[in-house]
Amino acid sequence: MFYRENGQFKTTYKSDQQIFAVKQDRIAIIAIIAFAFIGVPMLADEYLFRAILVPFLILALAAIGVNILVGYCGQISLGSGAFMAVGAYMAYNVFMRVEDMPLIVALLSGGFFAMLAGIIFGIPSLRVKGLYLAVATLAAQFFFDWLFVRVRWFTLDSPAGTAEVSNLSVFGWQIATPMDKYLFVLGFVVVFALLAKNLVRGPIGREWMAIRDMDVAASVIGIRPMYAKLTAFAVSSFIIGVAGALWAFVHLGSWEPLSFDINRSFQLLFIVIIGGLGSIMGCFFGAAFIVITPIVLNQLLPWIGSLFGVEISTAMVGHAEFMIFGALIVWFLIKEPHGLAKYWSMARHKLRLWPFPH
Amino acid sequence: MRLRQLALSAVVAVAALTSALTTSLAMAQAPVQFFPSLTGRTGAVAPNAAPFANGYADYMKLVNARGGINGVQTLVEECETAYATDRGVECYERLKARHGGATVFQPLSTGITFALMPRLAVDKIPMITSGYGRSDTADGAIFPWVFPLLGHYWIAGDVVLQHIANRSGGWANLRGKTIAVVYHDSPFGREVLPIINRRAEMHGFTVLALPVPPPGVEQRAIWLQIRQQRPDFVIMQTWGVMTATAIRQAVATGFPRDRMFGTWWSGAEPDLRDIGADARGYSAVMMQHGQARDSEVVRQILAQVHDRGQGTGPRAEVGDVLYMRGVVGAMLAVEGVFRAQERFGRGRHVTGEQARWGYENLNITQARLDQLGFAGVLRGPIVTSCRNHVGTAMMRIHTWNGSGFDWSSDWLQADMNVINRMVTASAESFARDNNITRRTEPGC
Repeated sequence: MFYRENGQFKTTYKSDQQIFAVKQDRIAIIAIIAFAFIGVPMLADEYLFRAILVPFLILALAAIGVNILVGYCGQISLGSGAFMAVGAYMAYNVFMRVEDMPLIVALLSGGFFAMLAGIIFGIPSLRVKGLYLAVATLAAQFFFDWLFVRVRWFTLDSPAGTAEVSNLSVFGWQIATPMDKYLFVLGFVVVFALLAKNLVRGPIGREWMAIRDMDVAASVIGIRPMYAKLTAFAVSSFIIGVAGALWAFVHLGSWEPLSFDINRSFQLLFIVIIGGLGSIMGCFFGAAFIVITPIVLNQLLPWIGSLFGVEISTAMVGHAEFMIFGALIVWFLIKEPHGLAKYWSMARHKLRLWPFPH
Repeated sequence: MRLRQLALSAVVAVAALTSALTTSLAMAQAPVQFFPSLTGRTGAVAPNAAPFANGYADYMKLVNARGGINGVQTLVEECETAYATDRGVECYERLKARHGGATVFQPLSTGITFALMPRLAVDKIPMITSGYGRSDTADGAIFPWVFPLLGHYWIAGDVVLQHIANRSGGWANLRGKTIAVVYHDSPFGREVLPIINRRAEMHGFTVLALPVPPPGVEQRAIWLQIRQQRPDFVIMQTWGVMTATAIRQAVATGFPRDRMFGTWWSGAEPDLRDIGADARGYSAVMMQHGQARDSEVVRQILAQVHDRGQGTGPRAEVGDVLYMRGVVGAMLAVEGVFRAQERFGRGRHVTGEQARWGYENLNITQARLDQLGFAGVLRGPIVTSCRNHVGTAMMRIHTWNGSGFDWSSDWLQADMNVINRMVTASAESFARDNNITRRTEPGC
């Protein structure tokens, strides 16, 4: 009823090329962003900010990066954790070694170095495909794990090999409270999500998708596979690197290479698969599912037990959480192999016909 | 239709969650002293971390049976981290404000310790990291909120080396020898290296550093390397299944167990029980306590907690090394509150900030330890101050006899002249990097 694009005529190129061509979408996105910036800070408490919202946002950002590579360009990568680590450690080095380095520049430089690493480790993608490429990108994971553990230079020679940052500030704004951290991360996520959304519907995004769908056909119609694949690796690892820097600087504050191990790569890949390959919105759904579900289960199970007068032990909760979470993943993938983003587009499709479906 | 079901179940889930939150708020009314417990009951470290959590919970119940902390009852709530840093952070955030505010955290993981350290000062909650975490936090003037009570990695490493030197007939005889260090490849494992390298410089032995990637179930290559290079001694800074695997590999490659020494996370029953007689001769340094099945405090826990059906773990494990570590951790946490109550009001709930004062001004005498049932378990006095967040540097070595542990050394004291210099240097450099200024109150 209210969600119809009938009568919205595009009379200028500008209006035809907007990120969100449908007026209702535009309003909804602006409302969501406004709510995230204004409503959430008024409603959420410290626990929600620190334990749920900040990790959720940063992982969603990293997932956007992974989705560009895996979902849009079709190059399976298991090196995302490593690119996060490159972003984190290089941002740390730039931030600590250069006097008076502005925080945002340091974070972006983390992304820049991750981009270089991504291009180098993306070169095998020109020759190998599919699962073989996934194995090749594992090399990045193991190499950077090794590098940041073994080469002391990257951790400023700290005895235990950990890195720490504190007293973050941007233009005099001290990022100290959980709310500050949330807003700071949110700013990054909104900018990068909109940029990514814009990028994937432009010429370069179409090249990526052509490569994904059939690389031989793509090269026949004049798309250079090398350019398309390496730009996908570059853009993807840049975003992942910035997410890694944020994870280290804002979320953890003090970290070790273990925070970016192979499990992180798998986690990001699962976020993308569950959220929906080839969908920016899906990254947020996937991250929410992966980050929030275990925590909710963990808190819900003892409470359900107490309803029935049963005290569930901590270990039991831990095991049950894994089992239910695993079952949920399988259930979702059977029910909707295209990921949670498919529900989103289904909902939009139904809303167009509502309340008179044929 | 499917969408409606989905929306409905989402609403139900949200409603359930909010009511769960409100019930936990309502419970916070009773005046209790809340001790959160971050557990590792699942995952690769579960056999070692679960007894700690059991001991921690049981001692708190014993305190309540004895009448609480001057009448204030203790309360433990657990949160499972599975030794993962991000879950540890989530647990910390979840528990810190519950039940009138957390008194003190003991995360039992170096990774979680590192991640929580920047948050402590903001939330005003102290943390006890007995035998783990950062060694330089012993300097309370730079790390006011962290208390490595009873000792840290550098103290333990120093004592192991002293024991090796004593067995070899003095430090001088170590010259030219090779000592291999098998360590958990994480900040936890690496923290032991500075003291060993320092001692190597002083006494002229060679260090062979052998990192093991966690969880450490695959160590064949490392032990083949050990067989090849034939070090004179092996020091193990390992945790969880890594320790048992290492000793199995030592058996397989024929490295003599009586020349292997664990630090205090690498010498407990779960590591050795299954290997049994083959592990005989393996030693580990203990920050004071070891197995203490016939101590008074264990007798009391059995009588007043387990016999009343309130025990937390299996009764058979009460008095084991890691169970006792939980008991000792809980005792230190409670004694700090006793001390804080002396200043801020007897029989009153103390905040985290007040408890911090208590931990910094501990004076647990031998008489007090005896009174609490720790005679023969711990050795007093444990005295802390702003400059000294450790309290004591006395340790013992115990050796596996095939089915249990025997003490194999006298009390050994780490050389604090060496260690304090390292602590100060490291803490100072941390302070410089992070723009922290040394506390300047009197006595600091």
